[in-house]
Amino acid sequence: MRALRTLLAAGTMAAALLAAPALTPATAEENVPTPPPQNWSFNGIFGSYDLAAAQRGLQVYAEVCSNCHSLNLLHYRDLAGIGLTPAQVKAFASQFTVPQGLDDQGNPKDGPATPADKFRSPFPNEKAARAANNGALPPDLSLIVNAREGHADYIDAILNGYADPPAGFKMQDGMNYNKYFPGHQIAMPQPLHDGQVTYTDGTPTNISQMAHDVVTFLEWAANPEMVERKQMGIRVVLFLVFMTGLTYAVKRKIWSNVH
Amino acid sequence: MADPSAAHAQPGHPADPSKRDFLQLVAGAGAVIGAGAIAWSLVDSMNPSKDVLALSSVEVDLAPIPEGQGITVVWQGKPIFVRHRTTAEVKEAEDTPLSALIDPQTDQARVKAGHAIWIVVIGICTHLGCVPLGNKPSDPRGEYGGWFCPCHGSQYDVSGRVRHGPAPLNLALPPYAFESDSKIKIG
Amino acid sequence: MAGLTKSDFKNPVVNWIDTRLPIFTMLQKEYGVFPTPRNFNYLWNFGALAMVNLVIMIATGIFLAMNYQPNTLLAFDSVQRIMRDVNFGWLIRYVHQNGASMFFIVTYIHIFRGMYYGSYKAPRELLWMLGVVILLLMMATAFMGYVLPWGQMSYWGATVITNLFSAFPWIGPKIVTLLWGGFAVDQPTLNRFFSLHYLLPFVLVGVIFLHIAALHITGSNNPLGIDVKTPQDTLPFHPYYTIKDSVGICVYLIVFAIFVFFYPNMLGDPNNFIPANPLQTPADIVPEWYFLPYYAILRSVPNKLLGVCLMFASILVLLVLPWLDTSRVRSARFRPIYRQLIWLWVLAVVLLGVCGANKPEGIWVVLSRVATLYYFLHFLVILPLLGKIERPLPLPESISRAVTGKGGGPLPTGAAATMEKP
Repeated sequence: MRALRTLLAAGTMAAALLAAPALTPATAEENVPTPPPQNWSFNGIFGSYDLAAAQRGLQVYAEVCSNCHSLNLLHYRDLAGIGLTPAQVKAFASQFTVPQGLDDQGNPKDGPATPADKFRSPFPNEKAARAANNGALPPDLSLIVNAREGHADYIDAILNGYADPPAGFKMQDGMNYNKYFPGHQIAMPQPLHDGQVTYTDGTPTNISQMAHDVVTFLEWAANPEMVERKQMGIRVVLFLVFMTGLTYAVKRKIWSNVH
Repeated sequence: MADPSAAHAQPGHPADPSKRDFLQLVAGAGAVIGAGAIAWSLVDSMNPSKDVLALSSVEVDLAPIPEGQGITVVWQGKPIFVRHRTTAEVKEAEDTPLSALIDPQTDQARVKAGHAIWIVVIGICTHLGCVPLGNKPSDPRGEYGGWFCPCHGSQYDVSGRVRHGPAPLNLALPPYAFESDSKIKIG
Repeated sequence: MAGLTKSDFKNPVVNWIDTRLPIFTMLQKEYGVFPTPRNFNYLWNFGALAMVNLVIMIATGIFLAMNYQPNTLLAFDSVQRIMRDVNFGWLIRYVHQNGASMFFIVTYIHIFRGMYYGSYKAPRELLWMLGVVILLLMMATAFMGYVLPWGQMSYWGATVITNLFSAFPWIGPKIVTLLWGGFAVDQPTLNRFFSLHYLLPFVLVGVIFLHIAALHITGSNNPLGIDVKTPQDTLPFHPYYTIKDSVGICVYLIVFAIFVFFYPNMLGDPNNFIPANPLQTPADIVPEWYFLPYYAILRSVPNKLLGVCLMFASILVLLVLPWLDTSRVRSARFRPIYRQLIWLWVLAVVLLGVCGANKPEGIWVVLSRVATLYYFLHFLVILPLLGKIERPLPLPESISRAVTGKGGGPLPTGAAATMEKP
């Protein structure tokens, strides 16, 4: 009987373990490899953002991705979060022309962006975006890292995953082969090429470096509160562990005359 | 109020009251600190958020404002009065003795040097927050030619200084600067 | 002092209030000296934990509602504004989001404790049934709350769940249209779900009040499942159980904090980071983990109406559990066969959860059918029969005997027979 009970308990736990991966069903289309895990600066409970990488990533986004992809949930002022000074934020924002309400005649008016403005969107609306991209809609990148299974590793793998299709693989018109994309056919042409941008800090600009940088930037864009959250979490958990010990000591003391 | 635990304390197990009291005190203090931290995070969420604090500044073109008249613009959700004063009004404001004022302040301290014809104030009565009249040509401006609050009859002069209660203070000044002779930037 | 109640409180202010409105006397009676079985184990913490969780949910929810916009065009962005711009907004939102999962973890353990120790049996049947009502209200509240961020899973979850009602013949489609306030999940649906999501927790508070009131009539069950007989069997609730609950609350908060601060999205779905798109369904529609077993029951039957009925039945069967279980012994400790079978039932529920997370193909269909069958078999066949054939172990004479009489050899036999019928 005891053995049966142990067996059942073990079975329950095994089932629970099985459930863990099952709860997040992988995009396991036919033979799409799992994105290789990367050593991100933001991994782990003590992780924080590599600000230099995030700033380089901002440059990659601004010079490459932003031609098609919006970043609608971000404001230029948010860039203080990756270490830009107020003057740098202001200078960065002012490069972009954004709508600024109406002029005195009631006509829409444009002007240089201020830190309070949202990131400029490459297209005025979804239809314009589709028309310019062969019918495909480039997704907004604000939350892209959170919105895909595999998260940062997956986005990084996609950016590095362009290759020639294997012999006999039938490609549709206007599609591009990618090792890591479900179904292998992605509408986005290979976005990164060696030497495409020029980093001011002399970091080499090969595809994997640029991908790594822009993914760091996008991880920050999706989870700007992460560093504060983890740091607060460590303090909160330590406090609660202390409180657990304390209340347990009080409990022992109070119950000492009962047992 | 009897200590219920005492009634149940059994002989042969003497509790150490001093130690229990100290531990309980520390645990209680910890609970209060924890509850306070939670309460503060909730309450602070009601303070202005980052997007509200980052509201952009407003630029105002002064050229279209005729002498003797004013306009109202909105900055951070508040009305801002911008008035083009006549030279007579400027002189009157500058010559007003401080002893005649409820909240003594010179006119020079309320305008930007070299731009004394422009007075820029936050259009909120310092009594209870109504918006005073006086910016439109048809509005009553009160006895002192500035602004008149319809709620409780406070009167302000052309420098926005309170001259007749119940308002206790002069109209507040927003942060602003002249970008050129005919353009200011508020905020 | 005609018209005033008598108060033993010395503090003049407390006394003044208490003689006019005896809340202090009541609190003292129900939470101070309230006689509570002395042998609770830590599983008896989970009622208090659920209460704490509800308070956390209501507190964070009220502050979230100050910044949330129940409008299909604004909802998604307003949640992100809370995450990014509102002071401590990310904290409040992640606590609320993970608090839902914590609430179900705590409640499911609380329910399991009731089943293991037979807390649903006479005289606590109504107490248990109120608990089932609380579970149903919680599920409705959680479902509507999940719709509010207006992500892809919010939208499609709302569509799928509301469509369940279309299974009922003739009236079904009318109910669905009524729920939606239109012909698809849209603005009216979001707006009313927000209203109801705000309302239902307060209904929950009311039912929980009744749940606790009923508890304080019958008194608590205990791990031995035998009745309290003498004052030696009990301890005053305060300080013994207030402090024991405090220990549990601290441990629970640690688990909660680890989720909130380090893995806030672990239990969520990546698709909900994509704004709702009524024209595109995500590849896998999966409910939140706490609904997975019911979802598996729903999908285990090829017939739509039958599946929906079975799913509702899987919870409603709990309402009649006090009468399905024919054994008079409460605690599984003294029921050698039930003690094994309850774990088999837990295994079936976990298996259903795993099936619910996987696509209904191949082995998962078979497993979900087997587990569904066993789930109902447990309640409808095993429990009624088991009470007749199982030979319970001898019950201890009293709680205090069992607690203090350590090393005293076998407990007195024949106690099961003398256990009074309520």
